[in-house]
Amino acid sequence: MSADRSIAILGVGMHPWGKWGRNFVEYGLVAAREALADAGLAWTDIQFVSGGETVRNGYPGYVAGATFAQALGWNGAQVASSYAACASGVTALSTARAQILAGLCDVALVVGADTTPKGFLAPNKGERGDDPDWLRFRLLGATNPTYFGLYARRRMELHGATREDFALVKVKNARHGMANPHARYRKEVTVDDVLAAPVVSDPLGLLDICATSDGAAALVVSSVEYARARGRADAPRIRAISTVTPSYPQTTIELPNFATDSAAGAGEPPAHGFKESIARRAYEEAGVGPEDLDCAEVYDLSTAMELDWYEQIGLCAPGDAERLLRDGATALGGRVPVNPSGGLACFGEAVPAQAIAQVCELAWQVRGVAHGRQVEGARAGLSVNQGLFGHGSAVVVTA
Amino acid sequence: MSKVRVPAVEGWFTMDEREPHLIGERGTRTGSYFWPKAVAVSANPLAPDEEREEVLLSRHGRLWSWTTNHYPPPEPYVAPDPFVPYTVCAVELERERMVVLGQLATGADPAALAVGMEMELVLGPLFEDDAHEYVVWQWAPRAATAARGEAGR
Repeated sequence: MSADRSIAILGVGMHPWGKWGRNFVEYGLVAAREALADAGLAWTDIQFVSGGETVRNGYPGYVAGATFAQALGWNGAQVASSYAACASGVTALSTARAQILAGLCDVALVVGADTTPKGFLAPNKGERGDDPDWLRFRLLGATNPTYFGLYARRRMELHGATREDFALVKVKNARHGMANPHARYRKEVTVDDVLAAPVVSDPLGLLDICATSDGAAALVVSSVEYARARGRADAPRIRAISTVTPSYPQTTIELPNFATDSAAGAGEPPAHGFKESIARRAYEEAGVGPEDLDCAEVYDLSTAMELDWYEQIGLCAPGDAERLLRDGATALGGRVPVNPSGGLACFGEAVPAQAIAQVCELAWQVRGVAHGRQVEGARAGLSVNQGLFGHGSAVVVTA
Repeated sequence: MSKVRVPAVEGWFTMDEREPHLIGERGTRTGSYFWPKAVAVSANPLAPDEEREEVLLSRHGRLWSWTTNHYPPPEPYVAPDPFVPYTVCAVELERERMVVLGQLATGADPAALAVGMEMELVLGPLFEDDAHEYVVWQWAPRAATAARGEAGR
């Protein structure tokens, strides 16, 4: 696209990830205030607030935007709340961007926060016979890691991946996250640790699968003109946001479905699978390609899925991810470090905050302030994730 | 007294004990298949209004992948006590060109599975209460079901 549709990231903030056992609003407030301070703005300067929703915290969680606005003190800002499961944060960001690019506001706060239960993420309670998310637990026992296990086993059978390859992803991400003050897990992990952990969804063990965490992340974003006027012409830019849905037929089995679409009678299948299309859309909008990236934050719900992402965002050809990993290309100091933050492996997932957290990391990286985990000379990064029920999300951030 | 065998969910599969089928739909114009018909399934965007007719899906397919769960899942899954690990299979149906999930047949050995293996639809227990055994569709390695059939003859 020819028109510059960039917006500026004026401020970033996070509440550290963990299991803190407090209300999600508290975490969101910490992240929001940190982002405002980082931007050098007062809450009363914010014209639009965009919240990523969580669906496990009752009514205030469902109306996240207003909940955070109230907690910060009503300031009359316009408001929106977005739910897109794991992609909620970027959907909230995309809503703020649309407001800014339409000229409806100059500066917006995007915030997501979560308090997660212990153990597996579970569907909402009650007899919900028309909800595939409820039915997959009822009829199959198909937890989220079940789907991760299916992908991992498929990788082993198709590409010859080993459990040790998967373990090496965890080892790498654990090393990356050690210096990240916002990460929940900050200690070295060995291949033996990963292989010795109890098996959850074979071939994946406890250390191959991301935990669920409490946490919050926030961004203050503005028009480029607003940033310039405030002497922040050098602020990182969001060059593209992708929030694509799949194209029919969606032929990969995905959470929470019982079956893929049927490719019979559907004509030519789409040129790219859903996950490939998520990053592709962002690249097209930003006018960059995978070769232009200095780093990437990918949604490593499992170690094996990080390898899938290497291929799905175009860092290597299908089947080459293990080699890319073993060559060190995706570790700090390599060609294109992946998950310099430590990724979900070090954070655990705080659903509506996580996609925002990925963008926070990219902003720190291109500003050159990711202490202890800085990608040398980082100028461009991609974040990518996928939420339940076909919510894609990807963001391109540049210096 | 033996318990009454009832489907764990209505209308998803036939209760034919010998040759069960998943009950799906087929678009009358495009020939695309849909299953399970009870819950949100996507439409072919080129033929959003096409009529669908009920159709039984293929009973055989090839194993796309599988995984064995070693932790009891949360409700509403009804886990036996003590918990028994169970395997979920993804099976690719050739005619329908779709992948369908299902638990591995009760008693089948996941260690014997390999991608591409021929699988067959069977019925098996999901959970039970005092009066009923709730039955669900499962996938069995075809060689194993063939062998069982021989033995039963």
